[in-house]
Amino acid sequence: MDDTFLLALSTLAATIRMATPLIFCAMAGIFSERSGVIDIGLEGKMLAAAFAAAVVAAETGSPFIALGAAVVVATLLSLVHGYACITHRGDQVVSGVAINIVAAGLTVVLGHAWFGRGGNTPDLTPDQRLMPIKLPGADTLIEIPFIGPIYYHIISGHSLLTYVAIAIVPLVWFVLYRTRFGLRLRAAGEAPAVVDTAGIPVLRLRYMAVMIAGLLCGIAGTFLSISMNATFQKEMTAGRGFIALAAMIFGKWRPWPAFFACLLFGFLDAIAIRLQGVALPGIGHVPVPLIQALPYLFTVVLLAGFIGKAVAPKALGYPYIKER
Amino acid sequence: MSARPSQLPRWIEIGLLPIINVLMALVVAGLILWTIGANPFEAIAILVEGAFGSGYGWGYTLYYATSFIFTGLAVSVAFHAGLFNIGGEGQAYIGGLGAGVVALAFDNLLPAPVLVPLAILAAAAFGAAWAIVPAYLQAYRGSHIVITTIMFNFLAAALMVYLLVDVFRDPGQMSTQSRTFTENATLPEMATAFGWVGIKISSTPLNLSLVWALICCVLVEIFIWRSRLGYEIRATGLAPRAAIYAGIKPARVVIIAMAISGALAGSVGVNEILGVQHRLLLEFVAGAGFTGIAVALMGRNHPFGIVLASLLFGALYQGGAELAFEIPTITREMIITIQGLIILFSGALAYMNRPWVERLYLRLVAAKAQGASSHG
Repeated sequence: MDDTFLLALSTLAATIRMATPLIFCAMAGIFSERSGVIDIGLEGKMLAAAFAAAVVAAETGSPFIALGAAVVVATLLSLVHGYACITHRGDQVVSGVAINIVAAGLTVVLGHAWFGRGGNTPDLTPDQRLMPIKLPGADTLIEIPFIGPIYYHIISGHSLLTYVAIAIVPLVWFVLYRTRFGLRLRAAGEAPAVVDTAGIPVLRLRYMAVMIAGLLCGIAGTFLSISMNATFQKEMTAGRGFIALAAMIFGKWRPWPAFFACLLFGFLDAIAIRLQGVALPGIGHVPVPLIQALPYLFTVVLLAGFIGKAVAPKALGYPYIKER
Repeated sequence: MSARPSQLPRWIEIGLLPIINVLMALVVAGLILWTIGANPFEAIAILVEGAFGSGYGWGYTLYYATSFIFTGLAVSVAFHAGLFNIGGEGQAYIGGLGAGVVALAFDNLLPAPVLVPLAILAAAAFGAAWAIVPAYLQAYRGSHIVITTIMFNFLAAALMVYLLVDVFRDPGQMSTQSRTFTENATLPEMATAFGWVGIKISSTPLNLSLVWALICCVLVEIFIWRSRLGYEIRATGLAPRAAIYAGIKPARVVIIAMAISGALAGSVGVNEILGVQHRLLLEFVAGAGFTGIAVALMGRNHPFGIVLASLLFGALYQGGAELAFEIPTITREMIITIQGLIILFSGALAYMNRPWVERLYLRLVAAKAQGASSHG
């Protein structure tokens, strides 16, 4: 077997793995922001969910109860965000920042008090986690040249949640563009007064949107702590919530382009890990931190309007005030 | 609702309501402590003792407060222009880089009285430069400043890792840091400065940066409320359309406000790099940029309020360290949690308590008026 081919396969597999939490969070951001509510708090919700999943998995032994707990915790944070920005018309960015900071602090405070391991949760055994799934026939089909290894390494061997992430993109697209709920949700983000005139409650729509965002962030966090890793660690989201935000903007607030942006950013992450300490022929020592900065740089360049134009939903960031 | 002009007197609007908001944040923090089995009242006692109980405690409290004054002022200047600068963290990081680069380049050539002011200017200039790019993109390319400043925080972090690992790293060191500056590039400790006039205080990281921070407070006060540019900034923040009608150019205001904001945030580098570390290293900002958001919200974007809020956060950081030491179940991250709660209650939920306070006040006023009339 050709080494380069295997290396390419493992890099692509890592790309999909790295992209998984980004996909969930980017879709979460799309729901929230298309309804008109800025969601800077993806990072914090994902972090709190990762913590909840790791704690519940360790205590109950069931990864599925853990997933449920993570979703509940992230949705509760979404409700705090909604209560502040939808009900009380607080600043959406300030609220998101608050959620990120509270999550960063509280996960360590609780983790340390409960487990005394410097903020880490107990290590999980494989049966407490969502482990990679080997798809049927992967072992036999690997014998087939070219296609076999692709099936074995890239298609098979991911966590259940990775498959969910890929399935959720068409679902999000369908809900947003082919259902009445999706149409109303997008309208609430563009022209809330029109939605209101049609007799549809804008605030309720926005609450539903932020709760869906919470649910998706909950799955993202679960993936991080009980699937990709076997424990919760302090600050383990490591900026992924913001990369997902960048992917959402990069995809111009649309599900499919955002999905591809997630894959691109996941790929950058995967090669950055592989290039750590590697000297390439002709280029020499690779400045890995600069590769890791590329998603942010791409997003700034896109926002600056140099590669296409990212236009946010029109009513994004403005609380809706019902006229009397 | 909130669009209606307030019927509340000033002391409730700028005194009572903010205090109620902060108290709510502290009550939630107390509940968290109670949940993890710590006694909140005991915790407060240890915290206050740790922050203010000794000259040593005061020194650390004021040292932390110094950085928070810079970042709090930075956030507030941007707020006055109606901009939310989340990039204080990155601007502070790059400001430190500016101070460090100048120090490393000239510390064997220039004497301290020349080099230190130069390094202070460099910190401000680098911080401003890091803020001007997002400002330009907002003013002329229409990209949202909140998103770009967030991205610039990450870009700053990546750039610093690259520079420290590949460029500034001292070959003789295992850890990623530059060589230590010579005496010429260091800002004296406050203990040393007091020593010059014969007063002995405990040696702590507190340094002369505090004086610079307080001067900046006065300068910001004069600039925002007494200068023509400050007026333009406030007008743009309060009523952008009216400002345009009055002949104010919003693009120019955005750039100037962000440049000043970045320069103030960059001055964190003066405190940390010139005042304490005396070398370039990673992650010396340690969240001060984000604390600045809480400080500005709590201090209601006024320099005087910002000094008070910085003192409170300085005390939380210093007292929190003592607290983590005394009660092992509590970690220092409790302070981060409190910070987040204050941003939530004083910022995002700032209007939550207004309706019931207003109702209560109007009822009290009505009752008083009735009481007075029945007597008369």
